[in-house]
Amino acid sequence: MTAADHAVGDLLRTLAPQVLAVLVRRHGQFYACEDAVQEALLAAAVQWPEQGLPEHPRSWLVTVATRRLTDAWRSERARRDREVAVALREPGYAAVAPPADEQPPAGDDTLTLLFLCCHPALTVPAQVALTLRAVGGLSTAQIARAYLVPEATMSQRIRRAKRRIEATGARFVLPSAADRDDRLGAVLHVLYLVFNEGYTASSGPDLHRAELTGEAIRLARELRRLLPDDGEVGGLLALMLLTDAHRAARTGPTGELVPLAEQDRSRWDRAAIEEGIALVTEALTWSPPGPYQVQAAIAAVHAEAPSAAETDWPQIVALYRLLARIAPNPMVTLNQAAAVAMVDGPRAGLALLAPLDADERTAGHHRLAAVRAHLLELAGDGAAARTAYLAAARGTTSLPERRYLEVRAARLAADR
Amino acid sequence: MKYMLLIWNRPGFVEELSEPERNAIFGEVDEIMKELTESGELVGGQALADPSQTRTVRAVGGRAEITDGPFMESKEQFAGYLMVDCESPERAAEIAASWPDVRRGVGVLEVRPVMDEAGTEM
Repeated sequence: MTAADHAVGDLLRTLAPQVLAVLVRRHGQFYACEDAVQEALLAAAVQWPEQGLPEHPRSWLVTVATRRLTDAWRSERARRDREVAVALREPGYAAVAPPADEQPPAGDDTLTLLFLCCHPALTVPAQVALTLRAVGGLSTAQIARAYLVPEATMSQRIRRAKRRIEATGARFVLPSAADRDDRLGAVLHVLYLVFNEGYTASSGPDLHRAELTGEAIRLARELRRLLPDDGEVGGLLALMLLTDAHRAARTGPTGELVPLAEQDRSRWDRAAIEEGIALVTEALTWSPPGPYQVQAAIAAVHAEAPSAAETDWPQIVALYRLLARIAPNPMVTLNQAAAVAMVDGPRAGLALLAPLDADERTAGHHRLAAVRAHLLELAGDGAAARTAYLAAARGTTSLPERRYLEVRAARLAADR
Repeated sequence: MKYMLLIWNRPGFVEELSEPERNAIFGEVDEIMKELTESGELVGGQALADPSQTRTVRAVGGRAEITDGPFMESKEQFAGYLMVDCESPERAAEIAASWPDVRRGVGVLEVRPVMDEAGTEM
């Protein structure tokens, strides 16, 4: 891919949701409009690098997509051989009225689209796939590659998601004030999942997946531009930046996972860290603290420490307590226990883990076994730590995690 | 999350069925495959040839030795697999439970999570 291809790709992905919004506003029919926009994006991806950018890229896309849409209507009509049911609108107006399309549309359009793609009637994987295609402007093939499934599978998932949205009768409007918080929560969750999918895959052969982190950060930035008054949006973007800053240090030369405590902090991305810290600090001055902001604050405390030993652990424990209060979740308790161990000793951390054995969300979970193993090792109980590491290794479905846990267990066996 | 559904059944059981029964089974399989395709959950799947065509390769005295026949002598043999990408282990088990071999008690399905290349540092 040349630099020109990349520039075109970036432009197309920015324009994709705007063009889709124009079409859906004019014609309704989210399903057909989304297909038409994808075809227009493909046409542009082929033509623009060769022939240069059109004078009005957005109008060009709107015109081509509208033409595809009317073509689709025509062929459907012919296929069903039915009487005219839809008044076909010629796309000519797009050619005579481009300036309206050239105006950057109200950001609400992209926002409305995000809410629509993360509609509660969809399963989470469907929300993710549809968001990446309709808002992110990625092709089905790119999304399928990133999620390691055949293109046909992903295409079907997207088709079904679009059909379901049409079936709900959802209109192209922002959610009501009563629904807004829940709906925004779903959008943030989807962006967070996309980020994680890419971040956790940044080692090994899955480079296509790693591009998802960039896409998630791009969409989170866009969302923050649209919703500057929502602290959680800034918190999520900060969390992504602060996490992604570890990318170069989180895996060793052969792709093995390097735990936070052992990472070479000189390889952390300082620019990303500074931006992340500034974002979360700013958000916390005026916003009620939400889970993403608090997690970002925890990441910021880690980022500011020159080493694991010099980390402000009491501060981290306090932040986990806050997180446990605003978003109670046994996974938070798990992380809190690891931090408490750094302040009050491993036995204090282990005591916090005990109730998690009775919680069905964590009992038998490999993360619980892994944290317990780590704390037992710190407490000097090598035999019990080894048993717990091996239990965690059996429980994980991640190859690099299994490898890391088996190495820790093997080291303890060698020490005996 | 991806799951592999390993199908174990008794070789030859299909031949012992009446034609309507056989057709019913094929129809059920088609129905499930159609459903999984439409839901965007199907990643892939293959049926295997009769176990009599199996060759087993193992090291004997430092050399690979090839013998005819399956690795395990058991009543039920590995017959094929489905790979699905679905939301929960419960959904994967539900798909397995709908498979005709299970519904008719002529086989079992093992549902096994597929390992992921991705991971989080601990």
